This record gives sequence, C-alpha cells and structure tokens, in this order.
Amino acid sequence: MPEDLGLSGRLPAHYTALGSSSFAEFLAAAAPDLLPARLTLPPGATVEAPHGTTIVAVTHAKGVIMAGDRRATMGNIIAQRDIEKVFPADDYSCVGIAGTAGLAIEMVRLFQVELEHYEKLEGATLSLEGKANRLSSMIRGNLQMAMQGLAVVPLFAGYDLERGEGRIFSYDVTGGRYEEHSFHSVGSGSSFARSALKKKYSDDVTEEAAVKLAVDALYDAADDDSATGGPDLSRKIFPVVLTVDVDGLRRIPEDQIGAVVEEIVAERMTRPGG
Amino acid sequence: MSTPFYVSPEQVMRDKSDYARKGIARGRSVLVMTYADGILFCGENPSRALHKISEIYDRIAFAAVGKYNEFENLRLAGVRYADLKGYQYDRGDVTSRGLANAYAQTLGTIFTESGKPYEVELTVAEVGQTAAEDQVYRLTYDGSVTEEHGFVVMGGAADPTAGVLKEEHTGDLDLDAAVRLAVRALSATVEGTEPRTIAADGLEAAVLDRNRPRRAFKRLSAERLTTILATA
Repeated sequence: MPEDLGLSGRLPAHYTALGSSSFAEFLAAAAPDLLPARLTLPPGATVEAPHGTTIVAVTHAKGVIMAGDRRATMGNIIAQRDIEKVFPADDYSCVGIAGTAGLAIEMVRLFQVELEHYEKLEGATLSLEGKANRLSSMIRGNLQMAMQGLAVVPLFAGYDLERGEGRIFSYDVTGGRYEEHSFHSVGSGSSFARSALKKKYSDDVTEEAAVKLAVDALYDAADDDSATGGPDLSRKIFPVVLTVDVDGLRRIPEDQIGAVVEEIVAERMTRPGG
Repeated sequence: MSTPFYVSPEQVMRDKSDYARKGIARGRSVLVMTYADGILFCGENPSRALHKISEIYDRIAFAAVGKYNEFENLRLAGVRYADLKGYQYDRGDVTSRGLANAYAQTLGTIFTESGKPYEVELTVAEVGQTAAEDQVYRLTYDGSVTEEHGFVVMGGAADPTAGVLKEEHTGDLDLDAAVRLAVRALSATVEGTEPRTIAADGLEAAVLDRNRPRRAFKRLSAERLTTILATA
C-alpha cells in the first residue's frame, strides 16, 4: 500500500494494517511520541519525581487480593498522601505499582488499553500468562529510564480462569517475570510486609482473612519504612484493596477497609508489634 | 494503438454505486433500534465467529452489512481510532460523531479514488445517559453520513423489515419486547409471500445498555435469545 501523504481524509494505513492486535505496537507506528517507553534523559542526568511505595498481594481459597498503601514520596517529602497505586487491569486482573509514580501510572494506563484492545480486536481475552508476559515487555521498554533511577516495578495478580485459582507475578527492572506463590510484596517497605505475611499466612485463608493479613502487613511496613504510609484514621485514608475471583474484579468498599483498620489499630494498642 | 473510450465522471460514479449496491443487497439485513435502556443491534448471522456487530468503545458499537473482509477492516480501524483517542486524551472524549466522520472520510476516499468501492454499509451508535442523548449514524459505501432516530435497517431485504418497524417501533419497549419485534421485522418478506422463520441460533444480537457501568456493550447469547423468543 503506498504511503498515505495525508492529502485525503481517510484514516492512515496503520489503522487498517493487519497482523498485530497490540495497542502498544499500533501506537509505536501511528503516534510514537505517546509511548511512555520512548522517553530518554540526557546521560548522567537524574530527575527527582514522586515514588510510590509498598504493594502486597495475597492469594486465598477463592482468588487473590492486592492492597497498596496511599503514600508517594519525593526524597524526604511526602509528595501525596492519598495516591492510588493499585489498579484494575481488566475484569480478571489487577496491577499495583512501586517506583516512579508518573511513569508507572502511564504504564498502567497503556497496559489497561492494551488488554481491552486485544479483547476487542480478537474477540477473546488474553490468558493470565499472556497478560503477565505483555506487562513484562512493557517494563523492559523502560529499562533506559530505570538505569537513570526512574524504575517502575509492578506487581501483577489475577484469577486464572483455566486453572481456577488466583496467581501472582512479580517483575524486575529488566522485565524478568517470576511467578510468586501464596503472597508477595514490592516497594520500599516490601521486606517488612513480606516478613509479616510469612509469619501469619496459611494456605486455607478466606478472602476476608486475606484482606486483614494484607492491611496488617502494610501496617508493619509503615511501622519500619518511612516511605510507606500507615492508615490515616483522622483523614480516613485507608489502603486500596482489590479482590479478584471467578466472578471478576471488585474494589473492597472503603468503610469495610476502615473497619479492618480500626480492628488492627485496636490490637496494636496492646501489642504494638502485632 | 486503440484510443481509450471517454467515460464521463457521472457514468463512472453511477457504475461504482450500482456495483456497491448490488454487493450490499446480496447479504442479510441487520437492524439497529432504540429501546428503553439503550440501543439494540440484531441481525441474521449463522456464524458464531464472524461478527457483524461489535464493540468499539465504552459507549459505542458498530454494525455492518456487506463484504466481511471490508467491514472487518473498518472495524479494526475504528477500534484503533477510539483507543488511540481515549489514550491520548480521556475516555470521555471519544465520541461516535468523531468516529462517524473518520469512517465517512475513509469510505468517501475509497469510493472516489480506488477502482473498486467498498461494498459495505455501517451504523455507528453511541448510547447516552438518557434516551435523548443517544446517537445513531448510518454510513453508506460512498461516505455519506446520516444521523438517524429510532431505527436503522441495512442490507439486502431492508424494505419489508423497515416497514414493520415503521408501524410498531417505539423507543420505550423493554429488551424482551424489542428483541421480539426485531426478529419479527427481520422475518418479514415482501407482501404476498410467506414470512420466514429465523431460529435463535441463526441470530446475532447485542445491546448498548446505558445502565451498565463502563463498557455498555453486551452480546445476547443464543440461550438468552431462545428464552426471550419462547415467551412471545
């Protein structure tokens, strides 16, 4: 097909090209300047930008939940106290982000469109593994920025309709993808959150218990990591918790999380270490 | 060397129109009509895999008749157009008007510039917050656009179907009644011949339901259609 010179009003050839159901690939051809991975910094330059912190994911008998604290930091400053870092990716999966907030949120936006785009073009949803791999290549595209300190490290979780279970995938900055079992955490407070989960997790947790475990682990992360925000009872800012099971994804209502938080805070009054 | 014959532009356009119209008339009809909760799309389509009705964006859907490979190509372009727009600006900034325009330009250019026009007819519909905000655009092979109200019938035997809808269609039918009316309209044939019967598994139907949260588009399964048609 001859290159469209823009003289006629018809949609350019990229729009009708066959072969790829990937939105990111289409974007790279039609509007490359919109791709977040195309950004570059001059060598040696660093940028100070808000960072997102701790995300935890816990599998349970019926699926998986993901929770994130609400703090973004920039050096020693709290850049935002009510940021949301856990997002629905599609009807059966969610993604939480740690790292440079601006780049990460843009990456999540692209990932959400990517999954829906595939679904509309192909008439079928990607498998959970397929979604996890797609995210992997998007992170790899950001490697240049990661090397200059602007890393994005997501945590991906979803319900595998073929296997009938909740699954968790973690990533490194080079796009390496690792399946995690039972629970996982990423971000600055992740080692504290993971230790807390390790002591309390059992294979037969219910969804309700998993929510409490996750919020509890975030409390422990905030206890020892200044970049992770603890629950803010006075402003009623609580962790965002998403749950995915065979019926799809939903967000646990704020008042329900509030009740869990109050319960945990009451317990910590007598045992500060949890 | 032989001299090429002169053919007037009028003749060229007329020939192209006739060609496109003949191609479109060969296929089965698809209808788009408003009902109480949104917009219903219904057509005869024995295939489960090759759709004539598809989702484009949150509140926008697409229906087509004619040559499958040609309208499928336009569907891909529409999804890409909408997803790009929504990613570049905001999901709320994707409108059926913009999409209808892009399609009109594309079809118009193909009609005038290429040797063979597309043998397709499309409807682009967007469901609004209220029935008054619903938008339905009909596009023909030469790129002309018309905004329609109430219902649109495209394809082969459109006249008897449109006749039934003209008599009976109102915007406040519930879904079940709307589906039954749609099937009755699609089964209509020219006066004097027996109406055809269409089985539920030979139908393709979907709705844009304004009460669904984000993505308003939903296909009606064969089981659902069977139940609706059985309780006539």
